[in-house]
Amino acid sequence: MNRSGFFVGIYFVLHVLVQVMLFKQLVLFNMAFCFLYVAFILLLPLETNPLILMLVAFLLGISIDVFYDSLGLHASSLVLVAYLRNYWLGTITPQGGYDAGEGPTLAVNGVQWFMVYSLPLVFAHHFTLFFVEAGGFGIFWFTMQKVMTSLIFTMFVILFLQYFSFDRRR
Amino acid sequence: MQRLFNFFYEYRAFFTFLLLEAFCAWLLIENNKFQNTKFFNSSNRLAVNILGFSQSSREYFSLRKINEELSRENAQYKTLLERRTQNSGIPFVKNDTLVRYDFVSAKVINNSVAQFKNYITINCGEDAGIKPGMAAISIAGAVGKVKSVSEHFSVLISILNIDEQVSCVLARTSSFGTAQWDGTDPRFINLLYVPRHIQPLEGDTVVTSGYNAVFPAGIIVGIVNEVKLKEEALFYDIRVELAQDFRRLSFVKIVKSELKPELDSLERATIGIRP
Repeated sequence: MNRSGFFVGIYFVLHVLVQVMLFKQLVLFNMAFCFLYVAFILLLPLETNPLILMLVAFLLGISIDVFYDSLGLHASSLVLVAYLRNYWLGTITPQGGYDAGEGPTLAVNGVQWFMVYSLPLVFAHHFTLFFVEAGGFGIFWFTMQKVMTSLIFTMFVILFLQYFSFDRRR
Repeated sequence: MQRLFNFFYEYRAFFTFLLLEAFCAWLLIENNKFQNTKFFNSSNRLAVNILGFSQSSREYFSLRKINEELSRENAQYKTLLERRTQNSGIPFVKNDTLVRYDFVSAKVINNSVAQFKNYITINCGEDAGIKPGMAAISIAGAVGKVKSVSEHFSVLISILNIDEQVSCVLARTSSFGTAQWDGTDPRFINLLYVPRHIQPLEGDTVVTSGYNAVFPAGIIVGIVNEVKLKEEALFYDIRVELAQDFRRLSFVKIVKSELKPELDSLERATIGIRP
């Protein structure tokens, strides 16, 4: 395992710990959740093999599930994000293509691009997560409300952390 | 054959995706169906250590509240004990209820109220004699049912879980109903299947019926908060305010029903195996 692989491993554990120790308790108005761990899959390097990406997503999802007692729930939504990610990256390639060796981050590609990139994927994650947990569309509007408020909360935290690590690259 | 392999290779990402999602779906279904998943839940040692740490650091800030609750509980026990002593003359007589149910006190390590399927992790397990299917109550009221047990910890299904149903009774009219959470507000639960001819009132007490031998009879679930009857409906829409505030749950008692095996085997011999 090389150096960057080691750091990815550390990030993995860090995301799980922050999620279950901090954000699991931090639910606003009984409604808005923050699933920061999605950012781990979103921010993996561009040239990551899609198969490995999905396997990592599965492992991360299962680790989160163990703490939430919801085996398979977070894993399935995160694998979906990992699957959609590369297609979505291909669709929204900026002019001149991606810089080699850079991650799909806010620092490299700018705010506008990053919003276009992350918002639909985080939405897809939250949508599947909450509707699978609710077991169908029985309480549609309440679940939708949860999806939207959580989307805002998660995006806010992801953007905040992205800005926080902004000037290291430039 | 070659073309088939090529096809699979070309769409390998999609097939891996399908495979993983199918596996997740299987896990989800199994997890709902089976009582005793041993390792992959929050009762394993690593998860409990991490969750326990975060719970105890949070609890530090609500020590005063917990203290108050415990002393209130203590006072209630003292009253009960006093009443017993006065009534019988001899303290600690083993009577029917004492043999029937045994209680294990446990501390809550992990709890949630905002999800659709909420679970509670506690710090007692197999070593304390806890088995899946036992009831959990608190001093205020019914809490849930044991789902799975590891050596030192167990996971409870909270009654704030859209899949969980509790057989209940309206104490004043002694009419039956089923309490089930609708997934929205953690302070309220719905009481279903109370037929039209009954007249439930706001303020009525809802207690467990004791019919399924999980909960002892007469454990308070909550107070009726709102009664609605639609024009053509067969049953009332009753909203019950839960007696236990689940957002502030720190101690529970597990009810060991000593007679449950006997009851189950008797029923099985008479009625046959239940679906």
